[in-house]
Amino acid sequence: METIFVSLGGGLMQAFEPLNLFMILAGCLAGLFVGCMPGLGSVNGVAILLPVTFLVPPTAAIIFLAALYYGAMYGGAISSITLGIPGASTAVATVFDGRPMAQAGKADKALMAAAIASFIGGTVSIILFTLFAPPLAAFALKFGPQEEFALMLLAFATFIGLGGDDIPKTIFSILLGLVMAAIGFDIISGQPRMIFFDMVELQRGIGFLVLAIGIYGIGEMLWTLESTKGQVQMHNVKITWARFKENLKEVKVYINSTWLGSFLGFFVGTLPAAGATPAALMSYGLSKTFSKDPDSFGKGNISGVAAPEAANNAASTGSMLPMITLGIPGSPTTAILLGGMIIWGLRPGPLLFTESPDFVWGLIGSMYVANVATVLLNLALIPVFIRVLAMPFTLLTPIIFILCVLGVFATTDRMFDTWIMLILGVAGYLMRKLNYPVAPAVLAIVLGPLAERSLRQSLISSQGDVTTFITRPISLTCVILALLLVSYPLIQRLVRRRTAVQAD
Amino acid sequence: MTVRQAELLMGIATLLLSLGLMWNVWSDGLRIGWVEGRGPGAGMWPFWLSLGMALAALATIVRWFQGKTPESRSLDPYIASETMFLVVVSAISIFLLLVLMTVIGTYLSLMLFMLFYVRFLGKHDWRMTAGFVIGAPIFVYLLFEVALTKYLPKGWPIFEEGFLWLDNFRWEYF
Repeated sequence: METIFVSLGGGLMQAFEPLNLFMILAGCLAGLFVGCMPGLGSVNGVAILLPVTFLVPPTAAIIFLAALYYGAMYGGAISSITLGIPGASTAVATVFDGRPMAQAGKADKALMAAAIASFIGGTVSIILFTLFAPPLAAFALKFGPQEEFALMLLAFATFIGLGGDDIPKTIFSILLGLVMAAIGFDIISGQPRMIFFDMVELQRGIGFLVLAIGIYGIGEMLWTLESTKGQVQMHNVKITWARFKENLKEVKVYINSTWLGSFLGFFVGTLPAAGATPAALMSYGLSKTFSKDPDSFGKGNISGVAAPEAANNAASTGSMLPMITLGIPGSPTTAILLGGMIIWGLRPGPLLFTESPDFVWGLIGSMYVANVATVLLNLALIPVFIRVLAMPFTLLTPIIFILCVLGVFATTDRMFDTWIMLILGVAGYLMRKLNYPVAPAVLAIVLGPLAERSLRQSLISSQGDVTTFITRPISLTCVILALLLVSYPLIQRLVRRRTAVQAD
Repeated sequence: MTVRQAELLMGIATLLLSLGLMWNVWSDGLRIGWVEGRGPGAGMWPFWLSLGMALAALATIVRWFQGKTPESRSLDPYIASETMFLVVVSAISIFLLLVLMTVIGTYLSLMLFMLFYVRFLGKHDWRMTAGFVIGAPIFVYLLFEVALTKYLPKGWPIFEEGFLWLDNFRWEYF
């Protein structure tokens, strides 16, 4: 425990270095901006701005992106409440009660509850992160390639079991991401693979950023243009110092829901397929169940705003736990962060704590600072962000498109990749319209090379014996959990059918 | 096209894509099984994963015929006509932006892209349009060429020479 405090102290000192502090503030502001813009969320912001972070050292870069991730969770509530359109999917549950509150002229109350709940959720989750990360990383040091592969299998299985999407489409999405990651030279034999029409450009493969920006930049903007038709209807917010003080006294009304959301959000966030959106929805549902007045939920209950907001913030920190300690991202945003770490020359996983302690503890320290910075910036800048929200889509969209095109070009120095990005963006948009989940493909393209390497290393070391995955306890546990998760929807269906038969 | 028709077409397209990937690995002569003394062949991972993709695509087609997915029962338009214009025009404008970047260079194509999007699609006034048309290339130049030291595409030699003439001022005076 003492070591944790010493390392955390070092991390906090690092977070207060001028460049890092600047990156925290810039990240929080960028996050609040992308979070509050309908159609843009943390994942879009991180994907689009990752190439820009090559300007600064890796620690400052991850601090910026983590702060952006954080800020986006706060920002999502602003458009959910004032526009009735979630700024990001993570803020969907905030609309349920945030919108009715705004319609009743209580938008300021809802916005403040969202900010305070987000702060509490963020603080609880960062403390849990600090306590859990070092022992989990130490435990993960025992992992060999078998355990690594089994863990990735588990990550993919959570998408099938808990993702809630169409199962064949989810499987297709995962496998497509894995296959795309295999394009180019084979990592072991060096043989070229899947070089279509002898296009030499494909020998370098398709980078994860090309897919991520294509899907979360181009595809998402096309989706938003379609779903909003470029029009928004906003509610006015009256913010005065007197109302601010009055709203502060209301914290006790929603504090229980906030605690619930904070703890639930953190643990749900650590699961790869779950993340902030289901955490927020689950938190909302449970808060309603435990409420003394469940009927008021959906009609403007302030706890219905606080619970999901605490949960989505806590989940964003939770999703970083497996990324930092195991090298398995807990959300699409952390998948992109993980890919960024590889580009920066770092090796994500348990060794990160011993190989790059400054990086890890700098990140953890920055999370504490970012949480405080974001809540202050959020409360202070609400009027500014409400003005930003009035910005027409025809001004925002071309800026995003240009950042996508040039961001991809700046990362790879090839026009070829910008073409691939456009194709993947349009294909992703068309597939998403048919309920094909896109997040598993992004996770898979990041984990693809690692998964293939660990599978082949395991098979080579066991001379082709596949039972190597079930003869080692940790790997066996992961395989069993993965099988249970994959069969979970089937079991659920059988139970439902039996209950229906018994009811008849 | 209805959502129902689109799902079937997407199912067939994904199935063909998966089979194409399998064929590609096979026709390249990559080993898809165990290679004695060397371990799994280079084609093992993509081949068997592509087979999985084909089976998943087939499952979607079967479920379409059984009417099990909500999309297979939906007769709504796949892309509503009122939004079709905005989405298609946006996609085509990015396509043209990429084409023009290789012909007239990044900066001129950015200016044209902004002019089209802000003035003609967004119907904003000329002051706003001018701000975006001039501001975007300056921002891009400062961020990508100056800060990130990336040499963005400059198009045909005549346009590249024009850019270099302008860029020279930076080196001479700053």
